[in-house]
Amino acid sequence: MKELIILTINGIEHGVLVETHWTLLDVLRDKIGMTGTKKGCDNGECGACTVIIDGEAVLSCLILAIQAQGKDILTIEGVSQDGKPDTVQDAFVKYGGIQCGFCTPGMIMASRALLNKIPHPSTEEIKRGLSGNLCRCTGYVKIIEAVENASTTEIT
Amino acid sequence: MGKYDVINTRARRLDAPDKATGRAKYVDDICLPGMLFGAMLQSPLPHAEILNIDTSAAKKLPGVKSVVTAEDAGMVKYGVSPARYDETVFCKDKVHYIGDEVAAVAAIDLDTALEAVSLIKVDYEELPAVFTVDEAVAEGAPLIHEDFPRNICGEVHNEFGDVEKAFKECDLIRTDTFKNKRQDAGFLEPNGCIADFDPLGRLTLYSSTQVPHYVQRIVAMVLGLPIGKVRVIKPCIGGGFGPKAGTTPMELIACLLSMKTGKPVKMNYTREQVFLFGRARHQFVHTMTTGVKKDGTLMALKNKCYLEGGAYTSFGIATVYYAGSLLTGPYKLRNMKYDGYRIYTNKPTCGAQRGHGSVISRAAWEQQLDCVAEDLGMDPLEFRLKNVMETGDTTINDLYTSSLGMKECLEAVKTGSTWKEKRGKLPKGKGIGLAGGFFVSGAGYPIYRSDTPHSTVTIKLSDDGGNARVYTASAEIGQGSDTTFAMIAAETLGIPLSDVAVSSGDTDFGVDLGAYSSRQTLMTGHATKRAAENVKAQVLAVLSEQLDIPAEEMDIKKGLIEFRNGNPDFEGLRTRYLKEHRGWTDHPGGDDLTFREAARVAFLEKGPIVGSGAYKPGDLGGKYKGAAVGTSPAYSCSAAVVEVGVDMETGKVTVDNMTDAHDCGFAINRTSVEAQLQGSLSMGLGETLFEEVKFDNKGGILNADFGEYKIPTALDMAPVDTIIVESDEPNGPYGAKEVGEGAILPTIPAILNAVYDAIGVRIWELPLTPERVYMAIKKKKEEQKD
Repeated sequence: MKELIILTINGIEHGVLVETHWTLLDVLRDKIGMTGTKKGCDNGECGACTVIIDGEAVLSCLILAIQAQGKDILTIEGVSQDGKPDTVQDAFVKYGGIQCGFCTPGMIMASRALLNKIPHPSTEEIKRGLSGNLCRCTGYVKIIEAVENASTTEIT
Repeated sequence: MGKYDVINTRARRLDAPDKATGRAKYVDDICLPGMLFGAMLQSPLPHAEILNIDTSAAKKLPGVKSVVTAEDAGMVKYGVSPARYDETVFCKDKVHYIGDEVAAVAAIDLDTALEAVSLIKVDYEELPAVFTVDEAVAEGAPLIHEDFPRNICGEVHNEFGDVEKAFKECDLIRTDTFKNKRQDAGFLEPNGCIADFDPLGRLTLYSSTQVPHYVQRIVAMVLGLPIGKVRVIKPCIGGGFGPKAGTTPMELIACLLSMKTGKPVKMNYTREQVFLFGRARHQFVHTMTTGVKKDGTLMALKNKCYLEGGAYTSFGIATVYYAGSLLTGPYKLRNMKYDGYRIYTNKPTCGAQRGHGSVISRAAWEQQLDCVAEDLGMDPLEFRLKNVMETGDTTINDLYTSSLGMKECLEAVKTGSTWKEKRGKLPKGKGIGLAGGFFVSGAGYPIYRSDTPHSTVTIKLSDDGGNARVYTASAEIGQGSDTTFAMIAAETLGIPLSDVAVSSGDTDFGVDLGAYSSRQTLMTGHATKRAAENVKAQVLAVLSEQLDIPAEEMDIKKGLIEFRNGNPDFEGLRTRYLKEHRGWTDHPGGDDLTFREAARVAFLEKGPIVGSGAYKPGDLGGKYKGAAVGTSPAYSCSAAVVEVGVDMETGKVTVDNMTDAHDCGFAINRTSVEAQLQGSLSMGLGETLFEEVKFDNKGGILNADFGEYKIPTALDMAPVDTIIVESDEPNGPYGAKEVGEGAILPTIPAILNAVYDAIGVRIWELPLTPERVYMAIKKKKEEQKD
């Protein structure tokens, strides 16, 4: 069954005709063309599809597109402002927290959501905050370093 | 800054900004006009005859554009190693494992394709199946491939020296058996591809592959196209670690569907299908006998191994060789006998994964070496140092180490971990362990017999001289190879890294065997260096003519031309450049002539400035059967010390600290070298403590998802100290050799040895789940009571 819905993504309204069983992830990627959000498992296990909805880190493969109506959806494409990378993006680049990059958008969204709640997290809090986001390349070492550095350079 | 301006630094990766902002394009992010979507029907049975396939209902479903089976695909056999091509695109007469491909559909969207797949009716007659090595080799067992009696896919028998004679001279001999479980590579991006067969008869395949070159050849061979009509493009890919180093049936199916429909066809594996395709770490059972003299001199190793390999060969022949051949370093081994058997079973196929073939043999032996040291009353580190190989040594199986910083690695982890202060002094339940490793820096020969260069690179300067672009078919799979080659090109040309761009992963850019056997830094690096030297020589030759100064008296550094005898009058050249660029604001200025001006003049005088370079190793290895496997222009080595805590009540192992040293020859990018070490530690930790692909009694995978197949999370990682050892490899570009695969070798045995130190009992089976550790502790307690 198809339904016409409006999604607010990165502050812009998008009207989309969706099947009611489509996930937000599939609609973001395949209907709106925002492919920055990644599909690693489609099962809520890897975290690659993490977006921020009304301030909370959410797995976009576990929420239907129709459930995301009326909410503020922030994706990786909307994190940088005015052409400047966000401090978290900047730190991931600077401290080598990126290898294959497939987990990176989700990892950055989870980090962003964490820092919004806890501006200066301990290492343990960072590990906990990112424990739902799998990375097979980095061993998390430089990712944690990046988030620690982002938290100290951030103006809060 | 030392000798170099660009290399050996912590330069940021060129691809990082795109990856951090969602701009980077992976294969599933690409959408072509009119694209169809493909889906596959896979066998639900582990071993069965196909009696009939009825695709009529699927074909009638609205939106379906093509349904294909073996009738359409033909039966050309392919695989990885030409000696063991045992796969076909689809099964025709029988299926060999749960997941074997039977048919496929292309439709206007994925939902329709999946529905059509569900409408295909296949009649099977189930056959008896075998799931373990014992079942497969048993007398009278059903054969998975008719030509391979007792399901032996491949076997290796090598002896170097005389093991039995050496054992007679030994003071201590011990035998142990070790086994692991199948691992999954756990890359985050499921395999995907888009095939696009155009109206001129050219096929372009976008694919998440580590090896565009080999995929190009296999696609052309199987589908009957000239190689030159097939182009394989690797966009960004989300990790590989080995299983993406062969051609997938999905790639061939997408190509076939595109040829049938004349439309681009996109296909992706689900996460479950990634597990079913498999091609990751085999299950190995090693029985090893090691003999030493009482002074600790390592005399002989007898190694017998069975690999449970699944339904097809994939990389398996190389795997069974590697499981023997790479134990001859980094310790002086005087005699070695190896008997290896790779066995077919009705399960998904195993292949190559980081540290190909040698990870489990290394784990087994390094744990056994610790036992030997203990039996001798020697410190395990001192025992290894006593036998350590050095630069210039050749192993008993003819592997020549042109550089080997193993002693330095051992010393580095000894100091870094404060080994002496901790070893033997930790409380019960805490332990510290050590291990070493040894690996190839690129396979010495291609997978198919050929005199081809292993890597070619072309560098083209932009006509204004402001940019150099490196064209390479090598595969950036996340390890950072594009940045490595940009750094090598920039250093060699003498220009800033910001003036170099890389286009890679496209078979139209040349030949490169791809990302496997940890080969690219050395091999593609060489080709890049040679191409850059060629370009530099062309620019300097024109400058020499223009200024009437011998080219030998000029050099390029930091984007400026250095004249040995002081700057000449180059106003003529500068004026010429400025006149062409009226209105620009970034004119070259200053006292020195810039590379940009020199390269512009070169373009004006000679046309496009394009230089190329190629690399092929020399003849390597001995004359015995299988001597090619294990050869390499260089060998890396490594050492790790791990500290663990074991909960004596529950058996849960926690890794507390890891110190890792790796000899990478020379670090082109220091951050990327560390990153490989850290990633290896994490993957090795997962493999040691909990990773295991589990099966039901019909060969079906029980945990084909990241919920049940667990890979390490941020919470599992311990603090790590990564130490870069640089031995200056003469056969490597700027002295560089590998790090990507070799780094994992010491991780597993170092954890095993640390766990023994903590609990006082050896465990000879992976993974070290709480149950297994608890049972080992319990058994020991009971033995002590008796």
